[in-house]
Amino acid sequence: MKRLPEVDVVIVGGGWNGLLMAKELATRTSLSILVLERGGSHKPSEYVEGMDELDYGIRLKMMQDISEETVTFRHGPRDRSLPVRQYGSFLPGSGVGGSGEHWSGISYRYTPDAFELHSRTVEKYGANRLPEGHSIQDWGISYSELEPYYTRAEKMMGISGKAGNLHGKPVQGGNVFEGPRSEEYPTPPMKVPYLAALFRDATERLGYHPFPLPAATTSRAYKNPDGVSRAGCSYCGYCERFGCMIGAKAQPTNTVLPVLAHSRNFELRTGCRVRRTLRDAGHARGVTYVNAQGEEVVQPAGIVMLASWTLNNTRLLLLSGIDDAGKVGRNLTHHISIPAAMAFFEKPLNRFMGAGAAGIAINDFDADVFDHGKLDFIRGGSLYTVCYGFRPMANFGVTPASVKSTWGSEWKKASLHYYDRTGRISFYGEHLAYRDNYMDLDPTYKDRHGDPLLRLTLDWRDNERRMAAFMSRKAEQIAKEMGATEVTPFPGLKRYDATRYQSTHIQGGAIMGAKEGNSVVNNYLQHWQTPNLFVLGASAFPQNPSGNPTLTALALTYRTADAIIDRFIRNPGPLA
Amino acid sequence: MRRRHFLTLSATSLGGVLVYTLARKPIRVHAQDGQQTTLKLPLRFFTEAQALTVAAAAAQIFPSDDSGPGANEAGVVIYIDRQLAGPYGQDRFRYTSPPFAPGVPEQGYQGSESPAQLYREGLKQIRGLHLLGPSEQQATLTRIEHTPFFSLLRTHTIEGMFCDPMHGGNAGLIGWQLIGFPGPRMSYAGEIDKYYGREFRPEPLSLAQVLGRNAKPGEDAK
Ligand SMILES: Cc1cc2nc3c(=O)[nH]c(=O)nc-3n(C[C@H](O)[C@H](O)[C@H](O)COP(=O)(O)OP(=O)(O)OC[C@H]3O[C@@H](n4cnc5c(N)ncnc54)[C@H](O)[C@@H]3O)c2cc1C
Ligand code: SF4
Repeated sequence: MKRLPEVDVVIVGGGWNGLLMAKELATRTSLSILVLERGGSHKPSEYVEGMDELDYGIRLKMMQDISEETVTFRHGPRDRSLPVRQYGSFLPGSGVGGSGEHWSGISYRYTPDAFELHSRTVEKYGANRLPEGHSIQDWGISYSELEPYYTRAEKMMGISGKAGNLHGKPVQGGNVFEGPRSEEYPTPPMKVPYLAALFRDATERLGYHPFPLPAATTSRAYKNPDGVSRAGCSYCGYCERFGCMIGAKAQPTNTVLPVLAHSRNFELRTGCRVRRTLRDAGHARGVTYVNAQGEEVVQPAGIVMLASWTLNNTRLLLLSGIDDAGKVGRNLTHHISIPAAMAFFEKPLNRFMGAGAAGIAINDFDADVFDHGKLDFIRGGSLYTVCYGFRPMANFGVTPASVKSTWGSEWKKASLHYYDRTGRISFYGEHLAYRDNYMDLDPTYKDRHGDPLLRLTLDWRDNERRMAAFMSRKAEQIAKEMGATEVTPFPGLKRYDATRYQSTHIQGGAIMGAKEGNSVVNNYLQHWQTPNLFVLGASAFPQNPSGNPTLTALALTYRTADAIIDRFIRNPGPLA
Repeated sequence: MRRRHFLTLSATSLGGVLVYTLARKPIRVHAQDGQQTTLKLPLRFFTEAQALTVAAAAAQIFPSDDSGPGANEAGVVIYIDRQLAGPYGQDRFRYTSPPFAPGVPEQGYQGSESPAQLYREGLKQIRGLHLLGPSEQQATLTRIEHTPFFSLLRTHTIEGMFCDPMHGGNAGLIGWQLIGFPGPRMSYAGEIDKYYGREFRPEPLSLAQVLGRNAKPGEDAK
């Protein structure tokens, strides 16, 4: 094996978290920073040529090459796991920028109570309201500790939105259920497409509190504190699953990489697939990887950071023999993400226009902002309408229940009529953690290099099913109030379905906590037993709150970067 | 080496619209009275008989009727032919390591057959479809309506109706015109919050028209 000279910091994965960490360390210290990314780099022109639904939206050109590596999946510990052979319920990215290149940019803060889920639920409703078999726990950090880092992450990306709670005072028109913010959003809300306007007006009439989705598809030209300028969004609709052709959507390549362009202490190596983290005597020593030429390489490093996304972080730890007595892999959560109601309208919606995060939401049924005393589930989520740009191959052929056929003349006629008259009210809900939802290494299936695949054991429980049913009823009412002539409610959450796209919000595996006994990393995402090993990203989330995860992951990355710069460099050791 | 196959179409079946050759050259074909103009399109995957069968099936799924043109005019069969000959048909986008074992539906398709193989097998069940009358064609397809092969045919027909024309379907942007989809456009910043409740229907443009040059479709990748 080829052995390279040591670097100060090696970061595995060049996505949002890896590159943000690299930017902070490379620009604020003289440490040598190396990012290893398994995929290739992107040319800006690629994203104009990439406005093609088939190759990008359907054949998923920007995602990880599934023929080389996938995960296996089963519902329960006694079931047989089989590989996820074609993409379905989530879409892991690959290449410089990671999934941050082709994300939608919805950028929520989590509610304060989400960070203290266990203690707040027990305090208010008693421990017997926690579902059977759960492994819910507090994060070991509070919202107010994270607030300044949320603000920094929002400024870095130029998030568009309207504050609903400034310094503890509710602000109408924003999300009045959010935690107190120290500042307004850096840019004003996105423009409101017609369907979202219908949703906004209907929910207002019903007495709810609609607000614009917080968006990294920035509403107008913006220069961030690092001096990086981006254009305002043009609502082209080739957004989710696509890189932005004008650089309006905050992506690692247009927001973070430009800052690193002239850093001499930063290197990004592409085509390098990391296979192991090296550790001995309680110290991380570096990583091994296979480079683009297929050579095995040892890269020694003073600090090792995994930023390869939830599933890869977990797998790399397990492949490296770091399982912390069974703690690594625990608390796998996804998102409840359902079309809570499909609504069919008389008027055309012009849905080809839009942006990944152009929409309106209500959080009147989020978290614990509504009383669960008499309900048969705990927690909640967000009901929303996002006009991300409706593309025909993925969406043609949806008809109301009154149309019985699925092909032929009658179906065609109805599908043509409804194509631009179909709206979706979506629901994103909290997914609680359970002992029997976890990750480990698959005993049978391997990747291209012969390493075992990660195995997901994952299913819904009654809490999720009941929450989904409750929210679909609310969505149906909203759809009717919006003027829909026919509404198809969600048929119900049954078993976890690895074939239906839900979201790429998968959490857990290397969870954070206040004490070593029940977590893998401390609240600086520092491995408890290996102080120079950090595990960044949503792998640290003990369970999944309702909102999209990236902003929270980036806030945690900022906090870790500060702690490394302010304390760890001088005094390497446990930060918490 | 595969013997070269062509799909021979009469211009009348194409109703005087734009079709694309495999070199992505658009040809405008007009039906002319009393004259049988025919068009020979080279096939990459199907034999001519298979192509005619698939075209007939696609035309039943998405017919040309009084609600507008359908799979025939859009060239759906050409789209499917290229997809099956390319990386998708050859299972480049799937994890294909054994062992293959049947699973529960939520684990997704677990078969070892590639899309190309599924078509080869599936086509045997509807051999000669194009030689049947319309109601017999419908009855034949109804019999296989719940098979994985039919669900592929249906998905691919929709894809071939609405793909960018560089992929062989949606000839003359006919699918996009049917639904008022304008294709890739740089900006709707001025329109996004206008046209509430009213149709906004910019003229469709293909990616090549927007770029001013051809882009490379995925099916042509090595
Ligand atoms: C279609 C889509 C829409 C989304 N929309 C939203 C949204 O609206 N809001 C939101 O908050 N989130 C959204 N997400 C999720 C968001 O993209 C992720 O949360 C975010 O990108 C995670 O950042 P990360 O740095 O942890 O991981 P990633 O961005 O996934 O980056 C990880 C990187 O590590 C690399 N890597 C992995 N393994 C290795 C290895 N062994 N060796 C070397 N490199 C490796 C990968 O190639 C990748 O580039 C969306 C995701 C997708 C796919
Ligand atoms: S919708 Fe806006 S942010 Fe998204 S890709 Fe288009 S221009 Fe970029």
